Amino acid sequence: MTSRRIVVVTAGLGQPSSSRLLADRLAAATVTALREDGVTADVEVTELREHARALADALVTGFSTGALRAALDAVARADAVIAVTPVFAASYSGLFKTFFDALDEEALAGKPVLIGATAGTARHSLVLEHAMRPLFSYLHAIVVPTAVFAASEDWAGASGSTYALGARVARAGGELAELVAARRADLPADPFADPVPFEQLLAGG
Amino acid sequence: MQLGVFSVGDVTPDPTAGRAPTEAERIKAMVTIALKAEEIGLDVFATGEHHNPPFVPSSPTTMLGFLAARTRRLLLSTATTLITTNDPVKIAEDYAMLQHLADGRVDLMLGRGNTGPVYPWFGHDIRMGIPLAVENYALLRRLWREESVDWEGRFRTPLQGFTSTPRPLDGVPPFVWHASIRSPEIAEQAAYYGDGFFHNNIFWTADHVRRMVGLYRRRFEHYGHGPAEHAIVGLGGQVFIRPNSQDAVREFRPYFDEAPVYGHGPSLEEYMAETPLSVGSPQQVIDRTLGLRDVVGDYQRQLFLIDHAGLPLKTVLEQLDMLGEQVVPVLRREFAALRPAGVPEEPPTQASSRAARDLQVASR
Repeated sequence: MTSRRIVVVTAGLGQPSSSRLLADRLAAATVTALREDGVTADVEVTELREHARALADALVTGFSTGALRAALDAVARADAVIAVTPVFAASYSGLFKTFFDALDEEALAGKPVLIGATAGTARHSLVLEHAMRPLFSYLHAIVVPTAVFAASEDWAGASGSTYALGARVARAGGELAELVAARRADLPADPFADPVPFEQLLAGG
Repeated sequence: MQLGVFSVGDVTPDPTAGRAPTEAERIKAMVTIALKAEEIGLDVFATGEHHNPPFVPSSPTTMLGFLAARTRRLLLSTATTLITTNDPVKIAEDYAMLQHLADGRVDLMLGRGNTGPVYPWFGHDIRMGIPLAVENYALLRRLWREESVDWEGRFRTPLQGFTSTPRPLDGVPPFVWHASIRSPEIAEQAAYYGDGFFHNNIFWTADHVRRMVGLYRRRFEHYGHGPAEHAIVGLGGQVFIRPNSQDAVREFRPYFDEAPVYGHGPSLEEYMAETPLSVGSPQQVIDRTLGLRDVVGDYQRQLFLIDHAGLPLKTVLEQLDMLGEQVVPVLRREFAALRPAGVPEEPPTQASSRAARDLQVASR
């Protein structure tokens, strides 16, 4: 079977960023779980910071070019997406949202997506449920049940929460892997290569 | 190759002078631009249709009828006529009337319009844009081709025994272009009927334009209208010309930076690299325009946008002088030299459509 394509989208801004750190762990857990099912996967990471200006341009022009276009196309062709954002003002960051605004309609339809978020405190953890999950539901993605939130304290070993984060990451990665393994590795339909025949449009379809 | 200009008819303050023209000044400026287009030897003038400020041209056939009386040679067209929110019966009547007044110097370009509120103002819903374009055009074709039409559809009051008057000039409907920036359904529609396809590529990258026009050409052949290379293609484009390219960039930059459609995103230089926006010397504009052949193949109509973003009329008329003297003659020569035998030189005109119809009748 061909290798599956997993695209990671992270909106972390720091270097290193905790969003990237979480995203990498989620990707590794997914790849591990897939390997256990005998499925190989390639991971491609998109750091949205690198596309910040291009995304602002895409907002005002309505089209995307160059590296941003390639990143958007990679998401559309992916078998699964892992999307991680830092929490800004009680929601995903504007940069994160702009990327999904620039994405073609239907690009995520039916696609398995694993969502994650990071913040300084666990008080923001419901951002995953009241902001992230509705966004991806709107985009018709299939969001795995376990969403992973990492507060600063989760990265510390002493509290015992490191184990908890690791367990949640493994569980989420397993859920995503299960969906990917069960899904056909189809590329999205290309309406330019394969248009709806006009008789069908005339008939009201 | 037909070369012309199109205007969206925006009323925009001149960012260098701070003053916007009045509606009266803008409407008369559009007329002056069209008359100048004929004077310098351009082939086509096309007006937009809009039903919201800051645009003035809500009534294209009124303007084109006036221009028909003031010109002798210029082909009068639209960019675009709204096939979604206009009643197809009124389009059939208005443009047939214009054909008679203009002695056949008329074609039209159909578009859907992308301003959400305009649809409900005319009793429609933008989410039904494609079905409206499909059904309304199917009716429009019948109204021009059949004396008595019985018709029932989803969007309009049924018709029983309706005759659209006046009948098209010589019984030949005006040539129709279908314009769409991103909807493959419209390229498919143009291909199905063997009509023209226009891509207003002023905001779009070459890759996208190539895919849209490629789809239209392939499906034109699929539906049996001839080889893909013979499909009828038109493109938009914006140019700003000065003898010296640095002067062109310096003078155009404030208009670009403040233009409602361009400003505050990519720089002028980035925009020129990605889209057909061409700001420079006559030779640069010539090279850039001829380069569009590499994207869409040999095509039949090029329309330039030269009068938006608050550019003063005096500047626009200077632009037309330079187009007419230094750009258009070279483009005509080069496009003709490059075009392979068999590829139509221009879109069907009243005379060529009538001749084709007569030939068809004679062969029966």
